[in-house]
Amino acid sequence: MADRPLSIEQTGATKVSSKKRPNAWLRLARYTGIKLIALAFSITVGLYLTILVANMGGYVDEIMKGQIRERISLSVSMDPEMKLLTQAERLKKINAQIALEEKRLGLDQPFIKRSFRFLVDAMTLDLGRSQQLTSDTGSRQVRDIILERLPATLVMMTSANFLLFFLSLFFALYLSRHYGSFLDKMVIALSPTSSAPAWFYGIFLLLIFAAVLGWLPYGGMVSAPPPPETGAYLLNLGKHLILPIVAWMMAYFFYSVYNWRTFFLIFSMEDYVELARAKGLPSRDIERRYILRPTLPNIITSFALMLITLWQGATLTETIFNWPGLGRMIYRAVQTFDTPVIIGSVVIFAYLLAITVFSLDFIYALVDPRVRVGSGGPKS
Amino acid sequence: MKKFFQNLKQYPSAIFGSILVLLLVVVAIITVIVIPYDQAISRWRGGEDVRGTVPKTARPLYINWITSQKLPETMVLDSTEPDDDIEKTKEQLADELIDITIVYRFDYDYDDFPQELQLVLTSEYEEKSPFVKLTWYQPDGTEIELGDLVANPHETFRFQDKELKETLGGLEPYIGLFAVPDSDPPEPMKGTYELHVKAYIFEEEGDVDGKLISFGQVHGWAGTDHRRRELSLALLWGTPIALAFGLLAALGTTFTTMFIAAAGVWFGGWLDEVIQRITEINMMLPFLPFLIMVGTFYSRSIWTMLGVVILLSIFGATIKNYRAIFLQIKEAQYIEAARSYGAGSWRIITRYLVPRIIPILIPGLISAIPSYVFLEASLAILGLGDPVLPTWGKIINDARMNGALYSGHYYWVIQPAVLLMITGLGFALIGFALDRIFNPKLREV
Repeated sequence: MADRPLSIEQTGATKVSSKKRPNAWLRLARYTGIKLIALAFSITVGLYLTILVANMGGYVDEIMKGQIRERISLSVSMDPEMKLLTQAERLKKINAQIALEEKRLGLDQPFIKRSFRFLVDAMTLDLGRSQQLTSDTGSRQVRDIILERLPATLVMMTSANFLLFFLSLFFALYLSRHYGSFLDKMVIALSPTSSAPAWFYGIFLLLIFAAVLGWLPYGGMVSAPPPPETGAYLLNLGKHLILPIVAWMMAYFFYSVYNWRTFFLIFSMEDYVELARAKGLPSRDIERRYILRPTLPNIITSFALMLITLWQGATLTETIFNWPGLGRMIYRAVQTFDTPVIIGSVVIFAYLLAITVFSLDFIYALVDPRVRVGSGGPKS
Repeated sequence: MKKFFQNLKQYPSAIFGSILVLLLVVVAIITVIVIPYDQAISRWRGGEDVRGTVPKTARPLYINWITSQKLPETMVLDSTEPDDDIEKTKEQLADELIDITIVYRFDYDYDDFPQELQLVLTSEYEEKSPFVKLTWYQPDGTEIELGDLVANPHETFRFQDKELKETLGGLEPYIGLFAVPDSDPPEPMKGTYELHVKAYIFEEEGDVDGKLISFGQVHGWAGTDHRRRELSLALLWGTPIALAFGLLAALGTTFTTMFIAAAGVWFGGWLDEVIQRITEINMMLPFLPFLIMVGTFYSRSIWTMLGVVILLSIFGATIKNYRAIFLQIKEAQYIEAARSYGAGSWRIITRYLVPRIIPILIPGLISAIPSYVFLEASLAILGLGDPVLPTWGKIINDARMNGALYSGHYYWVIQPAVLLMITGLGFALIGFALDRIFNPKLREV
């Protein structure tokens, strides 16, 4: 469910057109300003909520303090030099070291104060350093960790989602021309299979193609050790990509085709399409000018939202196929209480979403002459 | 209503879906009645007394019907439960010497070897432990000395003796004792086997009893897992849990969302604004990572998860859809009429706004159920399944974690997955048909 691409109708286009437009620029600026403020507000509150939850409302601090105390007590008691000191002196030494370590991590300040500093850091995209996770190169910078995982997620999610998006779009167009045909009926019959997520089909695929037949690998991105030549490497990568992509397609393809097909059909029953048909326009032209053109805003929205979901990766599909992507990274970060990594990932997603939502309104105005930015708006 | 069912009849897929769902509901109800909650939990989490005679990762019994090879089932022969196959004789040889002989006789006509052999001895005596001698007779009359032991009150002979292994030509005793001599690879010898337990008690009174367990390769109608738990229990109990989780989550989300959207549209103003902002904030929060955080930091209980899932889903994409529809309905003339005769806000919302959205709501509700069922399974795959309850997702996760796919224990994965699939398909088929019945615009295309 969470792996599923966001639905089409997430942003409301402002489709109310107004006849007279006095001071169009002023209103545009006003509209843009309000929209920006609203989005900034949402990002701030959403991020602060994330920070609170990811720190368990400050409880993670207690856990970390406990860990520090344990670690330092142990290292001091193991140190042969310290054995010469008296009990009281040793305790003093331990406490001093704990205080130093807590200060280093900023744990000496109250959580509320720090939570706001986290917020400011996150908003300014100062992602900071992780607490537990490291990148393969050994860096503790959250940016490095995320950037290292990004290509893996992009390779899998981009190929799977792009394939899904364009194949289903063109297949749906084809079906909308041949509705009622056998293929059309088959797609309708098969669309309930999308109630199962991709990881679920992944398990079956692994069982058949990896376990029983042994044709394809069980998971991972490349074999270990990876083949040295580029050609062989790509071939190897492709082999590992097949099952995740097929699983993704099995889970979402039919439902996606069904949705687009129904959507196109509703549009192709409009009067102006009938008229175009009556005029004897070739079906290719009808499709392009009378069906695709008015549905373009929806197609763009859907595509944009698909693009930003790439960022989150697909935790479960990555888990099943042992794919070293961003979804797995977030999961590992949560498991090790690594709050900077969690927050870093969330803040980038929030910004990407906000930028998309913000720019969609303007894209609508560009592609759809019926839409005027800032006219009326969805406030009614 | 009659017309509705007539409409439904036009969709054979919906009828098929209803049958699937009905089946699941019946299984769920029967399970809860026949195996009460406490009993299910104690059997699932129980110790030695519950699982003493259950083999590890044994396949389901029906495997024997499918394949031509007949795999051994579990066999328990207990001398305290007299049977034709067990002969127990007790003889007082002297004042302080009792001779007890137990003869176990059983037919073995399987095509493979058992997984393990055990003889559990329970002895009653005052001070001196009895002396026990074990002898094994193969169908062809070969006699094999298994060894001697001094029996404590509770003694388990596990057939793992090194000497015994050597006399059997290096084969593990549970194979060697059943094998045709010098066969390579070892082949089981079919026929009647005997195990003689001869015990001497050096006291005036005392007794020795023994339970011979041959752990099979198939067990129960659903097989067992790595901790000797019968999967049938988890598969059965997974049904009510999955249905309850899916239904509660879908109902909770859909109806709350609807009322919030209706209230927001009707009252408008700051309430609508607040709802819109919350929806937008919620959109920024990543759904699955949030659930993982709650599961890891706070509680993995299925009911906590349910609450968080509902909370995060209320202000989702659907609230925008409902809002758009309510905005249209709000302008309708009958609403104005209602207002003019003095209907209160609450009355208008519940009697005039909400009913209009039911045709969109019901199919959405039904289709949402399987997605929540799968969400529960997804959390289990991430190791965030409920710590106490057996669920389908947890079985799949256990199987994955213990390499079921690598070691060929396919039943372990396939059975819960098929149940999940049936649930998903059943509800999806119904939801799909309802969508077309309630929305005539879809029916035309």
